[in-house]
Amino acid sequence: MTPYLLSGVRLHFDKVRNTNVLLAPERALMLDGVSYEILRRVDGIQSVVEIVEDLARAFDAPAEVIRGDVDAFLNDLKTQLLVGDRDA
Amino acid sequence: MPEPNPPIALLAELTHRCPLMCPYCSNPLELVQKQQELTTDTWTRVFREAADIGVLQLHLSGGEPASRRDIVELTAAAHAAGLYTNLITSGIGLTQARLAALVNAGLDHVQLSLQGARPEMADRIGGYKGGYDRKMRVAELVTDAGLPLTLNAVMHRQNLADLGQTLDLALSMGARRIEVACVQFHGWATRNRASLLPTESQVEQLKKDIAIARDTYRNRMAIDFVPPDYYSDFPKACMGGWGSTGLVVSPAGQVMPCHAADSIPGLAFESVADRHLGEIWRSSHAFNAYRGTDWLPQPCQSCERRDVDFGGCRCQAAALAADPGATDPVCRKSPYRPKVDAMIEDMTSRASASDLTYRKFG
Repeated sequence: MTPYLLSGVRLHFDKVRNTNVLLAPERALMLDGVSYEILRRVDGIQSVVEIVEDLARAFDAPAEVIRGDVDAFLNDLKTQLLVGDRDA
Repeated sequence: MPEPNPPIALLAELTHRCPLMCPYCSNPLELVQKQQELTTDTWTRVFREAADIGVLQLHLSGGEPASRRDIVELTAAAHAAGLYTNLITSGIGLTQARLAALVNAGLDHVQLSLQGARPEMADRIGGYKGGYDRKMRVAELVTDAGLPLTLNAVMHRQNLADLGQTLDLALSMGARRIEVACVQFHGWATRNRASLLPTESQVEQLKKDIAIARDTYRNRMAIDFVPPDYYSDFPKACMGGWGSTGLVVSPAGQVMPCHAADSIPGLAFESVADRHLGEIWRSSHAFNAYRGTDWLPQPCQSCERRDVDFGGCRCQAAALAADPGATDPVCRKSPYRPKVDAMIEDMTSRASASDLTYRKFG
């Protein structure tokens, strides 16, 4: 899977609430640190495997654990029609 | 009164002018004339103030927002302010060139209204001949431009049988989302209750159909459903709680907690011309009148749903119970509920149900 944000879906830094937000049609998802670190790597170029490797390096954590979190998070966003898959 | 949380959404009713005459329009019966509309500069300032107090989502609506000659300029101003910008339109007045200019200006999303799944129904309900065909063309332009498209389908007694056709049409038009909203009885819709209020059996069928459709269209098109509140056991949490998440600015600059709030007697609205949006949000009479739960009457105050539905809709309480501070009359616990049931019975039993009073300037 090579995830990308669907058109009209974008990251935004909310300076009033001091948090990152995912903006989409009729949606504003407040992001925690982990969700933001995943999403800022979602560019339609890096595959999920590459994103996981990058996160494992950056946070010095085991890739298997990260893989589970990333898959669950991105699949949830896919069913909400916020994220698509270039490989599909 | 504790400091309210920052608002998330602003509904900017740029104008009440509209080529369509939908009989369920939620605009007030007394429409704002063009001469009273806010200027480009004032709207630009309002968008900046909105972003400064935490608004993330801006809905450019009306009337028909494309009736404003400065719609591209306004969109650019909203985008520059950092707002996620959504155009709620009938599609009439959007040419390919104008849409391209809107995309350039930073428009994020388009919500296109659908008055019917068939040309004759759509054009009769919208009161605009050829409207259906124009809409189909606009949907194509929107998706070609790479913008996400949501369709807004208002459902009522006369078109509920077309639900399946409506969903199929939405998907074929390239919509990523559809809002299936049962008509809400505010503004002009109150004039047409006897023609538009669905019957109980229609509503039962609709709920089943929606559940099945959500499965059928999974991963292809999201379906948001607004059930008809007259048939609900409990009221809807109006705007997620009065003055808690969003604000509405009327074409003339009145700031309101919801788009129908000026139907509530006794509320004083302030204007963006006189005060900063943030001050109005925090301290105006209209926003604090029903904010929180301290003001709630019984049976709401001791109800386990107090913090779920916040007593329901104030406009509905004003309209049906003649008391904006009453429990929403659709609630099963409201003393007015038998009156609502009698009204439903009366409205859905009338024979001459196809007459419509169309929205128009007085």
